Amino acid sequence: MADLLLEVRDLHVAVAENEILKGVDLAVSKGEVHAIMGPNGSGKSTLANVVAGKPGYTITAGDVLYSGESILKMLPHERARAGIFLALQYPVELPGVRNREFLRAALDALRESRGEDKLGVREFNKFMEAKAEELGLEPAMMKRNVNEGFSGGEKKRNEILQLVVLDPTLALLDETDSGLDIDALKIVAEGVNRFRGPEKAIVLVTHYQRILDYITPDFVHVLIDGRIVRSGGRELALELEKRGYDWLREEAQTGAAQTA
Amino acid sequence: MTQAVATHEQYEADFRKLQEARSADPDWLKELRNTAFAHFQEIGFPVARKGNEQWKYTDVRKLAAETFPYDTGAAAGVDAAQLFPFDDGMARVAFVNGRFSQELSTPLPDGLVAMSLAQAYAEHGEDVQRHLARHAAYADEGFTALNTAFLADGAFVLAEGVVQTPLHVVYVTTERVVTHPRTLIVGRPTSELSIVESYVSATGGAHFTNAVTEVALEEGAQVTHRHLLVESREAYHIANTRVHQSRDSVYRSLVYEAGGGLVRNDLTVLLDAEGAEAYLKGLYVTCGKQHVDNNINIDHAKPHGYSRLYYKGILDEQSRAVFGGLVMVRPGADKTDAHQEDKNLILSREAEIDSKPALEIYADDVKAGHGATAGAIADEALFYMQSRGIDPERAMLFLVRGFVSEILDSVTIEPLRNWLEERTTQALPRFREVA
Repeated sequence: MADLLLEVRDLHVAVAENEILKGVDLAVSKGEVHAIMGPNGSGKSTLANVVAGKPGYTITAGDVLYSGESILKMLPHERARAGIFLALQYPVELPGVRNREFLRAALDALRESRGEDKLGVREFNKFMEAKAEELGLEPAMMKRNVNEGFSGGEKKRNEILQLVVLDPTLALLDETDSGLDIDALKIVAEGVNRFRGPEKAIVLVTHYQRILDYITPDFVHVLIDGRIVRSGGRELALELEKRGYDWLREEAQTGAAQTA
Repeated sequence: MTQAVATHEQYEADFRKLQEARSADPDWLKELRNTAFAHFQEIGFPVARKGNEQWKYTDVRKLAAETFPYDTGAAAGVDAAQLFPFDDGMARVAFVNGRFSQELSTPLPDGLVAMSLAQAYAEHGEDVQRHLARHAAYADEGFTALNTAFLADGAFVLAEGVVQTPLHVVYVTTERVVTHPRTLIVGRPTSELSIVESYVSATGGAHFTNAVTEVALEEGAQVTHRHLLVESREAYHIANTRVHQSRDSVYRSLVYEAGGGLVRNDLTVLLDAEGAEAYLKGLYVTCGKQHVDNNINIDHAKPHGYSRLYYKGILDEQSRAVFGGLVMVRPGADKTDAHQEDKNLILSREAEIDSKPALEIYADDVKAGHGATAGAIADEALFYMQSRGIDPERAMLFLVRGFVSEILDSVTIEPLRNWLEERTTQALPRFREVA
């Protein structure tokens, strides 16, 4: 595949002594939206975090390739500069760091790494304020400390604001939909859909299929107990909504037993 | 207090010389010096050891064993623009190696008297006598006794009304000497004054600053006091500030420490009448082998007092900081509202903080609380910033700036705030390349 962007090969990941991912394979090409679904504790967030380079995980086997190169030795900021973005499940509060300054420093760093000039303060503010408005974020929020005192919905929208301002190539969205009411969910989905395009790829980690009503995935993968147990199209998500995860878990266990 | 008697020959010789040279001073002043020196000879420098809680963590033996020349008369060129560029637009009273410098001082705004103490003995004798050495007790404080014994020059500041222009009182040391800076600040009823008291070195080497400051706020007076200790990394700095508050007075303090090898800062605020308010903020930034000890006491003696203490520290490399202090609510100081908090950011495994805020309450219907924390930069925060493309060094710088903003944002004088922000990161070698 010429446009293969992210390739996860037989990835095994442990935290302390616990193996969380037990051999995950995933191939994501430009232009595609992949949904990773699964029950709590199945390893969905681990997968997203490992791709983004979050410390604290031990890769015991396998590889992660981005644009054909292994990225496992790259630091998180190097991966970000290469075009990888992770919207956090629990966005972190940064006391004393203003939202606007943070976003500007991030954009400066990315532009600098691409050999582009930094935006002037005014140019940046205008650009950012327009994006914030699209997401229904008050301009005053940009002067507040990052995520400090933000509601759950504001935090998630703020993540999407970072996504559209920083404009990466690969977006990993870790449960960006959880905790959102339907109006906020629609706004977030619109933001993601505007980002979507033939040169972009999205990996959407979610517990619920609800967000898939607004962001139509090309592929749905079900992750249970550290393994992708089934992959399919949009219809798989609908089936999961009707039947839950238990039937797949049982199938996986039977399958594992048979293999063994 | 447990104190040790050290060898004080140099101090004694210098003291005799000073009494002779200033034989024309008023009798009460010469008497005061004599009494104070006798106290110093008796009690000497404090000793760090068990049972002496006040000096438990700070060892001054090395300082006590060293001798420093006194009053050499040197006043070599001081580059004000380079040493304290933050005082643009302020009035200034300057001292070099302990002596008043007319050359570095500026004219004063209306409603403000600020002059050398040496001059104030004659011109404002009554005010000086009423307050000098009345607030900073020297009977059982070795360093304060020594400072009082060497009372000669220093700054006398009297706010008579609302003074719009901030005043900068600066003590510059240019060589290896001992100085005993003395500052007396008096706020007349309902006066308002913003004062910056700073200590700077024009030498990278060692010297010894033994400073005592007294602040007397009369009824309804408001003083905003910013106390900057930014001397050389080899310097010894001992500071004792005593604040006396009358009814409805408001004292706002910022103590900023980013310099000095061994720093001990005592600040005691006595809320001695109803309705007094004290807001004390502090920031200490340490690295290398620096040792910075803050001992901040708030004494609520009368009802309806209000105090807030908020100190923060950033410690790097092998440095050590101490935060001690007592909020005392005396019998009868009912309806007092007091809170103290000390937060520390530890950037290195080898740095160490001892933070022990304490509270003693002997009154009724009191709101009081205190807390102390120490921690490293959160990994989650670092990863979050890195995941947006910001390199770890810059991310750390952002988080450190964020940490100090809660303290420095209260500085409303913009050139000063900017200078303090810059000084804070420049004081930490790890950020010199990044900032």
